[in-house]
Amino acid sequence: MTENSVLTEQPRTRAEHPDRAASTAARAEAVARVAREYADTVDGESRFPRETIDEARAQGLLAAPMTEADGGLDYSITELCRLLERVGRECTSSAMILAMHYSQALCLTRHADTEWLREFTRKVASEGLLLASATTEVNIGGDTRTSTCAVRPAGDGRVALHKTCPVISYGAYADAILVTARRNEDAASSDQVVLVVEAADLQLERQRGWDALGMRGTCSESFELDATTSEDAMFRVPFETISARTMLPGAHCLWASAWLGMATQAGLTARSVVQKAARKTPGTPPPSALRLAELEVQLQSMTDVVRSSVARYEAAYEDPETCESMQFAIAMNTLKVNGAEAVRQIVGDALVIVGISGFANRSPVSLARLYRDSIGPSVMVNNDRILLHTATMQLVSRGQR
Amino acid sequence: MDSTIEATVRSVLSEQGKLSEDAQSIAVDADLYRAGMTSHASVNVMLGLEDEFDIEFPEERLTKATFTSVASITEAVEAIHHD
Repeated sequence: MTENSVLTEQPRTRAEHPDRAASTAARAEAVARVAREYADTVDGESRFPRETIDEARAQGLLAAPMTEADGGLDYSITELCRLLERVGRECTSSAMILAMHYSQALCLTRHADTEWLREFTRKVASEGLLLASATTEVNIGGDTRTSTCAVRPAGDGRVALHKTCPVISYGAYADAILVTARRNEDAASSDQVVLVVEAADLQLERQRGWDALGMRGTCSESFELDATTSEDAMFRVPFETISARTMLPGAHCLWASAWLGMATQAGLTARSVVQKAARKTPGTPPPSALRLAELEVQLQSMTDVVRSSVARYEAAYEDPETCESMQFAIAMNTLKVNGAEAVRQIVGDALVIVGISGFANRSPVSLARLYRDSIGPSVMVNNDRILLHTATMQLVSRGQR
Repeated sequence: MDSTIEATVRSVLSEQGKLSEDAQSIAVDADLYRAGMTSHASVNVMLGLEDEFDIEFPEERLTKATFTSVASITEAVEAIHHD
């Protein structure tokens, strides 16, 4: 894939080491190779992409966001996002699982504020643990900044929690889950904390399985969650702060990068088909060449939006004031809506360019799986709800960008 | 801190803040978000304050920190008045 139009090609000083770009690219290629090999099986069987996640672990990539001192690879947000672009080209489910894992891992690396959490962060790195999240809850209307479940004291320095979760992606396969809840049973619904719950301390009762149109490997099942954990596994910093500085911008940047990978792959497929047709009629561009040029307009636009948004977060990364500003929240919300719409449009248009062989399920240039996956971003976090939040903020925003 | 401004801030908070505590008696430095104010409610608080004081919060003040407590809101309103 071409690495053009990068606003921050070298995001941080550590990225300037000459070997670093080569080693990050090699790791990404290794995971992409396995993701490509198993993508159809994962989709066909609607099963967890264990081979790809195992390869990511073997490459040290489950610990990519952790610092080297904690046993990780110290990837910047830009490096994580580029990795997801690459994996997103091959297997949407694998890229989305890595994106969700990284959103949680970043919360640990940036906000772990008890000795238990710092020790657990090192354990995630050394053992290559996979993290999932349980932020949504029934009857909260999809607003992750509201909880009804509450943390209860369980004695002996432990706390207990019950949560009804409409979705925990790959919950049954995660080594630990980060769960949001009200601080205690008297707390307001917006007074939330995050707790780490390890699989051994967790009971997940499956309520609904996962047999969906696309993103079938994410295994986004529904669960009743019962857990106990150490009271020190609870972040002291409120979820509101973690959400604004890390979980929300991190998730939107990582997801959008995975979607950019999907759109890029669809574009490459369409290009290869048009070029093949062009070689048969030298001197006369095939009619589809015009459609390919139109597709390029969309692809360039999406690439620029996603990468510049990642650069925006990278620039604000160490600046809490900016991360917690309305302007930044609006920018991250629009990134999600923009990316979700763009990938659906681009993959759909690419499919029309490729034609009947792209429509076929079994064909070297099939875009069928990618097409089904491309609907996912528009429904996984409802665009209208995000637009409604943005609309509320627009009532006072001064429109600076 | 200007007590007239503070009184108006408290009355806007009691109308729009959706606090689980009484906005008239909550401590000046108590965290309003922990007291139940959602981000949606905080926008309504901003709109209420802009109407009451006939001011506009500049973009750089549209951060969580500005709306964290009665004290931080009152200080922000005072600062905008002086500008």
